[in-house]
Amino acid sequence: MRSSRTGLGLLGLLLVAAVFEVLPRAGLVNRDYLPPASEMAGKLAELLGDSAFWTATGQTLRGWGAGLAVAMVAGVAAGAVIGSVPVLREFTASTIEFLRPIPSVALIPLVVLIYGSRPESALVLVVYAALWQVLVQVLYGVADVDPVARDTARSYGFSKLSIARNILLPTALPYILTGFRLAAAVALILEITAELVIGVPGLGQLIGVAQSSGAVPRTYALVIVVGLIGVFVNSLARMLERRLLHWHPSVRREVPA
Amino acid sequence: MIRRIVAAVALPVVLIALWWLLTANSTSYFWPPLADILKVLPDTWFGERARTDIAPSIARLLIGYLCALVIGVAAGVAIGISPVLRALTEPSLEFFRAIPPPVLVPVIALFAGYTGSLSKVITIALGCLWPILLNTVEGVRGVDEVLLDTARSYRLPRHSVILPAAGPQIAAGARQALSIAVILMVISELFGASNGIGASVVQFQRSFAVPQMWTGIIVLGLLGVLLSLIFRVAEHRALAWYRGWRDAERASR
Repeated sequence: MRSSRTGLGLLGLLLVAAVFEVLPRAGLVNRDYLPPASEMAGKLAELLGDSAFWTATGQTLRGWGAGLAVAMVAGVAAGAVIGSVPVLREFTASTIEFLRPIPSVALIPLVVLIYGSRPESALVLVVYAALWQVLVQVLYGVADVDPVARDTARSYGFSKLSIARNILLPTALPYILTGFRLAAAVALILEITAELVIGVPGLGQLIGVAQSSGAVPRTYALVIVVGLIGVFVNSLARMLERRLLHWHPSVRREVPA
Repeated sequence: MIRRIVAAVALPVVLIALWWLLTANSTSYFWPPLADILKVLPDTWFGERARTDIAPSIARLLIGYLCALVIGVAAGVAIGISPVLRALTEPSLEFFRAIPPPVLVPVIALFAGYTGSLSKVITIALGCLWPILLNTVEGVRGVDEVLLDTARSYRLPRHSVILPAAGPQIAAGARQALSIAVILMVISELFGASNGIGASVVQFQRSFAVPQMWTGIIVLGLLGVLLSLIFRVAEHRALAWYRGWRDAERASR
């Protein structure tokens, strides 16, 4: 069953590639706008031998990782503190609810003025966008702690640290990892956006340059690469969830019977 | 009750007061006094601009988003019902979803240039489509078999149970899509747009009208908050039965 599913999935991917091959070749779509899939694949292979491409990939991944790391550390720390002090939680709720939906792209003009097209611009956007995802999930996680378990630990004289490690962390971990998965995807979106719109060095900037100079197959090849990085980021987050939560019912249920 | 209101208002008031005080005598180029920003806010946005810039932006956002919602749910139900179709399309859909949506802008620009409203609506719709579509597929897949069999034996049409049962998951996708829609609304206007909130903000920034630029940031922030509020109200209504069921379920445990 499993292998037939994978087979069908591969078949689906092939079909998509075939459609992208036939549309321009049959003249249904102008080749200047949508080159055949084989041409995109050719350009993709060419990219792999291009050192500028690898530099840009490195810059994109570094910007993404740095922003995500800052957002994770800040989000988990702030979430744990705010979540475990009821007064803080009560007084920050409205502010968090208000700041969270502010689109981080609204900050683009500001970071352009302050940092121009340096990597700091991307960092600010990535951190702002990713932070809320993590913070909100951690808050949910801390709120989900079983009060009976916590009180039991307290009356048995567990230290604060031990309560945090043995009760808080196991409850909040699934939420933290969900936050990580959401934040990782959002961080990539904002990193690429900053590169594309502001011109921060990286793959997004290469796409912008390729498009405006009329290198159409190269534009598509770069878009495919960015998509593959997105897939990679997603599966990385999912793998992390399976690894770290192998004891958790939500993961154990997934094991095929 | 009073305590709750105080709790909700206190921190925002403190933060705004801080912003006001810290920038009060600011001569810094990037951080003009909040008083100056607020002074130019009404003139900048609530005159002519409300019609020429805010309205087109919001119209494009809503049209694109609603198109994505209709297509995404319809296609999602079709794919979610059929296990074969699901297996066939899943990797491709995951790939399309993983492409950061702003990258769509240069690709769509290849086809039609990027000046008109149509290209922007297509960008927004395409970007919002994948989270809605994939969440719908996931929601439909998770519909209780017993529910489907029951509907069949009562000769109810299948969609009458599928849509509500997949509702919470569809709503989750629609919420993700809404924030993507706002991002794409702004970004699509940064490329060759003559009107729109995003276009105006960039124009202010390029002409170094810093207080006006700040008002643009504030307007975009308010728009984001407003849309998420509207969404919450709509979700609250549409999923009222689900909350009731979940609470009952919890109480019985």
